[in-house]
Amino acid sequence: MPVFDTMLAETISFAGHGGDWIEGYFARPLGPGPYGAVVVIHHMPGYDEATKEITRRFAARGYLALCPNLYHREAPGASPDDAAATARAAGGVPDERLVGDVGGAAEQLRSLTSSNGKVGVIGYCSGGRQAFLAACSLPLEAAVDCYGAFVVGEPPESFPLAVTPLLGIADRLSCPLLGLFGAEDRYPSPEQTAELERTLSDLGKTFEFHTYDDAGHAFFSVDRPSYRPAAAVDGWQRVFAWFDRHLTDRPAA
Amino acid sequence: MCTYLTEKVAITGSGKGRDGWFTLSQAVVYVDHPQHAPYEHTVNIDFANPSMGPAARVAVELTEEDALALMEAIRAALAAAPPGLASAR
Repeated sequence: MPVFDTMLAETISFAGHGGDWIEGYFARPLGPGPYGAVVVIHHMPGYDEATKEITRRFAARGYLALCPNLYHREAPGASPDDAAATARAAGGVPDERLVGDVGGAAEQLRSLTSSNGKVGVIGYCSGGRQAFLAACSLPLEAAVDCYGAFVVGEPPESFPLAVTPLLGIADRLSCPLLGLFGAEDRYPSPEQTAELERTLSDLGKTFEFHTYDDAGHAFFSVDRPSYRPAAAVDGWQRVFAWFDRHLTDRPAA
Repeated sequence: MCTYLTEKVAITGSGKGRDGWFTLSQAVVYVDHPQHAPYEHTVNIDFANPSMGPAARVAVELTEEDALALMEAIRAALAAAPPGLASAR
């Protein structure tokens, strides 16, 4: 496997939904490329250090990686936890805006001279649902949904945030989808991921789902008690194998 | 799981945040992932004043048991005081 041991990681501005300039954390290997690219969608607690670490991890693996700050409009310059609280109190991130921001990030990545033109998306937790949404709404080359709730299943009534199930748009899935889930998770439950699996099969979509025993929600989160090393290690291998296969010309590890 | 559940209530009072005391205008309550508490989910309360920016916030993350105990403590304290003593009216 090639080694990418020099990288640059920095905060940039790029045009998101509606042409709004928003902040993003951009990490890239410093070689000439061509590299595949990944849009990283942060979890609900925000555009935080843990998500930036994930973004750098993709660069270290030889990808151009950009994580949009989905809360930039509500709280420019705020600390990630304050921004997350502000965005939540304001009703959350509208789906249309999410698609616009991910689309803007994808265009930013494709425009780079070191890009090979292929862009994937990955999201965690609420970002898992948003990764699926983006993959059903934008032309992308690969997607990874890490335990995103409400792709399947109706949210409770009187739900305050703008979250709707996405099963109805699964036919628009534009790219191969990898799903990584925990057997002990309730949102999404194994029954819900099985329903999504059936729907994607019926639609003839390319996908691969893995549900880990002894893992629940957020098993990738190294700084939380939900962290499950065995699931996370295997999950990272599958993520890289997926993106290597669909976003690069190099053989999967 | 991300519950997305969010309860919001307008409040009157003050809180002490990073830059000292400020006037509060809303409290937001949600059961979801904490930022700091060593649990997968907690009862999170943000006492805030959005008009003063995102940092005008006093945040707590409590276990379910402790949140319920706190509610009882508030009820007990109010019950022990003369009715209406702390009312805004």
